[in-house]
Amino acid sequence: MRIGVTVFPGSNCDRDALHAIELMGAEPVELWHADADLKGSDAVIVPGGFSYGDYLRPGAIARFAAVMGPLEEFAIVGGPVIGVCNGFQVLCEAHLLPGALLQNTHMRFACDRVRVRVETTETPWTSGCELGEELTLPIAHNEGNYFADPETLARLEDEDRVVLRYLENPNGSMNDIAGLCNEGRNVVGVMPHPERVSDPVLGSDEGMRILQSVLAEARV
Amino acid sequence: MNIQETYSALGLSDFEYDRILELLGRAPNFLELSLFSVMWSEHCGYKNSRPLLRRFPNDGPRVLQGPGENAGVVEVGDGWALAFKVESHNHPSAVEPYEGAATGVGGIIRDILAMGARPVALLDSLRFGPLDEERNRYLFREVVRGIGGYGNAVGVPTVGGEVEFSRAYSGNPLVNAMCVGLIRTEDLMRSRATGDGNLVVLLGSKTGRDGIHGATFASDELTEESESKRSNVQVGDPFAEKMLIECCLKLLEEGLLVSLQDLGAAGITSSASEMAASGGVGIDIEVDRIPRRESGMEPFEAMISESQERMLAVIAPEDEKEVLALAERYGIGGNVVGRVADHGDLRVIEDGEIVGSVPAEYLADAPVYEREVVRPAYLDDVQKLDLEALSEPDDYNEVLLKMLAHPNLGSRRSIYGQYDHEVGTNTVVRPGADAAVMRIKGNNRGFAVTTDGRGRHCYLDPRGGGAATVAEAYRNLSCIGAEPVALTNCLNFGSPEKPDGYYQLAECIEGMSEACEAFGVPVVSGNVSLYNETVMGPIYPTPVVGMVGVLEDVRRIATPAFKREGDMVVIIGPPYGYFSFAGSDYLEMILGEVGGVPARADLSTEKEYDDLIRRLVQDGVVDTAHDISGGGQMVALAEMALAGGIGMDYEGEVDLDRLRRSEEQNVDLFFFGEGGASFLVAIPEERWDRLQDALVGFAYDWIGYTGGDGFKVGDLIDLSLDGLKDAYERDLFGIPGEVVGGTEPVG
Repeated sequence: MRIGVTVFPGSNCDRDALHAIELMGAEPVELWHADADLKGSDAVIVPGGFSYGDYLRPGAIARFAAVMGPLEEFAIVGGPVIGVCNGFQVLCEAHLLPGALLQNTHMRFACDRVRVRVETTETPWTSGCELGEELTLPIAHNEGNYFADPETLARLEDEDRVVLRYLENPNGSMNDIAGLCNEGRNVVGVMPHPERVSDPVLGSDEGMRILQSVLAEARV
Repeated sequence: MNIQETYSALGLSDFEYDRILELLGRAPNFLELSLFSVMWSEHCGYKNSRPLLRRFPNDGPRVLQGPGENAGVVEVGDGWALAFKVESHNHPSAVEPYEGAATGVGGIIRDILAMGARPVALLDSLRFGPLDEERNRYLFREVVRGIGGYGNAVGVPTVGGEVEFSRAYSGNPLVNAMCVGLIRTEDLMRSRATGDGNLVVLLGSKTGRDGIHGATFASDELTEESESKRSNVQVGDPFAEKMLIECCLKLLEEGLLVSLQDLGAAGITSSASEMAASGGVGIDIEVDRIPRRESGMEPFEAMISESQERMLAVIAPEDEKEVLALAERYGIGGNVVGRVADHGDLRVIEDGEIVGSVPAEYLADAPVYEREVVRPAYLDDVQKLDLEALSEPDDYNEVLLKMLAHPNLGSRRSIYGQYDHEVGTNTVVRPGADAAVMRIKGNNRGFAVTTDGRGRHCYLDPRGGGAATVAEAYRNLSCIGAEPVALTNCLNFGSPEKPDGYYQLAECIEGMSEACEAFGVPVVSGNVSLYNETVMGPIYPTPVVGMVGVLEDVRRIATPAFKREGDMVVIIGPPYGYFSFAGSDYLEMILGEVGGVPARADLSTEKEYDDLIRRLVQDGVVDTAHDISGGGQMVALAEMALAGGIGMDYEGEVDLDRLRRSEEQNVDLFFFGEGGASFLVAIPEERWDRLQDALVGFAYDWIGYTGGDGFKVGDLIDLSLDGLKDAYERDLFGIPGEVVGGTEPVG
């Protein structure tokens, strides 16, 4: 399976994601922002970092990068896409996911490991998890406070589109949302970093529960 | 302005101006004078410290690059090497804390990048005045924000560091940033310019007026007027730095660079003259080809501007197109601004005319001041301390809680929680332990790194404190299981032109050197920050050591956290008689005094015990270890319990009642005294025999078992883990106007 990782200027978890894909046994593919080409990827990770320096708003400029054209088409036809941290912000700015990520309510950057619960396994990125399973995942963000209007929030809950929920809310996110998916359920955004817990030497490989879920897609 | 006023305003003395006249055989023009002024500042020229710095041992079996380059480099094994250095950004941070700290981080990253290494870890050693002053709270908050703001965005994890609060740093905070980079030994880059006709390329951001005369500013005392020097502080752009890193590493990978140098203090002047001087060549800079951020800049301004996020590269002429194309791909500036020439001068050319020309070796050869080392009178006052007069505390519970709640001993979580310490997915041991541990992808190797400084100890006893600083770092690495291989240091001191300041500098260097020799750990890079004084006086002399250790197997490590219920807890260290309250945290925090000559183990004993602990970890006997440092044994035990979320009962073979009655060793001293070379370990009971075998010939005592949710020591301490946690886990940014670290330095 070929898994692409977008590289915007200022992405800084791109190499981590590429490394994690290698550990998964899949083929990592670097997707340079200026090339409008997914290079035959079967799935795409939009990694964390500070794309375009987070200038204007996190993700606001990245959505106009050349690589986003084919990525949006891929997402619309059901291709599995996950945005992690800044990648989540990019997918919201690109309207592939609803809502927005505001500054943390405590106004500080937050780097920690947090407990989250898997709220749905009906996505390509959680299909390998157990429903209700609790994972400990790293977070590192300044703008992770999920916000949506009441109707959107109600829809997300009604349609079972909250993917991960914090057990202890670290940033003020509405409904403790740590991750969610689009209507088609193939596009997922999460603030925690699964690629950072992908190797036992780092103390945990629980992130692989999420990343490896997508491998099942290759078999269908 | 007459000429004397001009050179004085540029920070040059009469003697130095005469030296310039003598060297050049003519009067310099203003541009040339500016070049000398920045290059002969203490910050660039080390004119007060150079003779003293020669004392440091620099050689070791693993050293690939010692002092004299942008960073020191040591071999790790399997073809890997580490480049590392620590540098100060004290003065900029005192007047503009966010940008001062941020650009401090950016600057040290470029030093590492200049060696061809990928920056993989950052640490920060910080000192502030006590948090009861609004100004100090502001400096602390903004410095931490600046470090995070830059480091998080640039994608290099901040994995460790330290912070202390003391009145001695009020108004003159210390902000020392350390960076470690990883490189294949065959890719090691140097800054030597070579090849007549090779091109000099400026990479990165445009050049503005920011930071003009920053190096000179950093070499002066802080006064009221310093506020007006805000424009001397540069502004950082971590996004530009991130692209600069990726571009430079790509250029190296493609083999397109002859040499590489960062632009830091004194800008292009410093970089170009150092590249020329070390290569024994000259460099022509066509100053009008330097891309400007603002119009109307004079040549001298472009030459000494400290605009951030720039690197200078020497390339072969035939690679020009490829180099500039790569710069464009990464969205950064790339401009040919000069060429290597065989005339040996740093030559500044504007519109085809030479507007300044000075032999590069003169710029790199600042005059050296050697001064007499005279023991200051203040030492006699502060070293007096009647330890006999100290009475035993009534309530040990209260003492322990008070110490854990002190900002100098409490949890640093509220600081490192603002730093991304995991980006890069190499961080094996995260902040909060004795040292950070990083893995090297692709094999089992890794490295550990720590920064340590002991300002109060150096103030009370400069030589002993210097040695203790190195010992602390050696101990921290050893107890995590790493083999210490080399260190970098940042020497933060007051004015060397005052006898007290010069004595402290000379003696600390002597003590550090003695320890380096005893431990076999060479100094491979460093930085000097002098003139750390305000109207209130000098700071504590504070040499900061950043030490790096190698791990053959990154999975064989120990951390302080208790890991299992029912583990045996053992104290290991030379017989306790040498623990002392002199200069201790207990003395300052509980009794409100700073005084005495702090105790420390002799260096060979320290090495024996430290090496023992490392062997225990490497052999897999011990996976839980912590050194006894500030706050003594009880604070260390509380930290181990809190980190693991497991309590302990001190019910071992130490007879507390006997200690209480003893003449030479009191319970309070045993609990809170400091002295070095001492450790706490916890092991499953089935390893007890194995541990005892390994400890033959060493002093140790079994002191109790881990377990439960209480912290109980005989009938003296009885606290819940929650109680300890409430004291320890305070938000350091939420302390309003409370008196902490408030003891006045004497003398």
